[in-house]
Amino acid sequence: MSAVRARRLKLRIFRWIVFLVLGAFFLVPIGAMFEFSTRGVGEAAPRTLDAFVTIGQYPDLVGAIVNSLELAAITSMGMLLLLVPTMIWVKLRLPGISRVVEFICLLPLTIPAIVLVAGLGPIYLWIALNVSDSILTLAFAYLILVLPYTYRALYAGLAAIDVKTLSEAARGLGAGWGTVMWRVIAPNMSGALLNAALLSVAVVLGEFTIANLLNYVNLQVEVAQLGRANAAVSIAVAVASLLFVFVLLVLLSFVGRTRSHRLRGAQ
Amino acid sequence: MSAAASTAIQRVGRPVGGGRRLPVSWIGAVPFFGYVALFLLLPTLIVVVGAFFSDSGLTLSNLTGLQKDFIVSAFVNSVILSATSALIGAVGGAILAYAVATGNPSGSFRRLVLSACGVLAQFGGVTLAFAFIATIGQAGFLTLWLQQHVVDIYAGGVWLYQLKGLVLVYAYFQIPLMVLVFLPALDGIRPQWREATESLGGRTWHYWRYVAGPLLAPAFIGATLLLFANAFSAYATAYALINQGAIIAPLQIGNDLTSEVGLHQPGLAKAEALVMVVIVTVVMTLYALLQRRTAKWLQ
Repeated sequence: MSAVRARRLKLRIFRWIVFLVLGAFFLVPIGAMFEFSTRGVGEAAPRTLDAFVTIGQYPDLVGAIVNSLELAAITSMGMLLLLVPTMIWVKLRLPGISRVVEFICLLPLTIPAIVLVAGLGPIYLWIALNVSDSILTLAFAYLILVLPYTYRALYAGLAAIDVKTLSEAARGLGAGWGTVMWRVIAPNMSGALLNAALLSVAVVLGEFTIANLLNYVNLQVEVAQLGRANAAVSIAVAVASLLFVFVLLVLLSFVGRTRSHRLRGAQ
Repeated sequence: MSAAASTAIQRVGRPVGGGRRLPVSWIGAVPFFGYVALFLLLPTLIVVVGAFFSDSGLTLSNLTGLQKDFIVSAFVNSVILSATSALIGAVGGAILAYAVATGNPSGSFRRLVLSACGVLAQFGGVTLAFAFIATIGQAGFLTLWLQQHVVDIYAGGVWLYQLKGLVLVYAYFQIPLMVLVFLPALDGIRPQWREATESLGGRTWHYWRYVAGPLLAPAFIGATLLLFANAFSAYATAYALINQGAIIAPLQIGNDLTSEVGLHQPGLAKAEALVMVVIVTVVMTLYALLQRRTAKWLQ
């Protein structure tokens, strides 16, 4: 018995040391960003929130923030419009190719963004000349980037409901495919839809590689450029965007929890 | 009922003209495949084909151009950086995952750690670079504090903006990723196996050496490979941290793509990108194989 108790104690000490050491490793840099962005000018200057206040005085920065938010909205809408009907359709009518769709959706994890952008260069040149040179065209590429994350979220949502029975019931009552998807199946997986949308927003707000190398200025590119001119303000923006994404992800975890609660209630 | 319903659905799906099995249901998948073909497969094809073309036509000059010293050393540095940060991430992440797995499986602390790992594993790029500059840059919080109280960490020169610095910064997203990937394997370990070892007279060392170790090894190696690929493809963090010189392959590709340094070499960039895709694909294929092996025992 005492051997077991001794081992328990050892395990508890081990766990506490691990959590303390790694907790410090992960929290200190984030704390340091707050510390850095609230530094006053000169030695022994008092703490100040000036850097946060001056964010609004950089029109380029405000523009970049707006661009990134618009891109995030467009990308999540586009992702839902493209992926949700496809996944439902494949599940119901083309189950044979579900592995192919999964493989394609996870492919962007294997093709690094830096490689993708080398191939996207000529395509975006063509788009800029023939369609539009707006930064919002980046949403085309971003939709590819978010595929792996959103696919998993949506797949989990689809697996949790009986798609076949729902659609057969709806079709049997005379519903068309549009009605089946948007009015029968989508409302039943609203948690997964929101989850996927929030994940895309988080990915788009953090994207740097593609925008930078295609010469578009989104939030991250602007923050990086600003960092070379005014470190405190750019770190303040970094802190603010980090907080924003964190709030998003907390929201996301709540969405996940309410869904599992409802499922448990139904059983 | 489902048989009748599915024939009804099939009848609806059949074309009115009555052609033999014209696959109408394929139409539903066309938008997705069309989109992916345009924005994922076409760019990849452009990279692969473009690596063998120049303005004057078919050529091998892009590939032979890879032999230049600075390109070779960029790739070697990338491999060193990815391997070291993958190993550090794998060991650190496995320890953290074990500490999590031995706790209450439905406790809120576990959920907190897992959500934090989910956030931090994605927390790369410019923000991460700034966080480390604010921490251990020359004017960083920790640097100043250590200078006053303990030791000057930059007594031998500033190493944050070199390969060593990148390893440290990459560990910040590698460790959480390892926790996410490796925890399911650890959760698959049953306490009964330990009890069985003990009732056969085995000690802790025997349990890890002959039972848990061999079971977890494929999952651990697979996860390490995933971390390698993850570090190998990362661009933004290194870009924001390193202002001068393309010391790793992604930075070199970025330099050759843009005319920032006055030399715009799209062909060479594509050849480098091709090498990168090949390396990442090999690593990820091995990862997938090991994953399949892991799934046999631990679910």
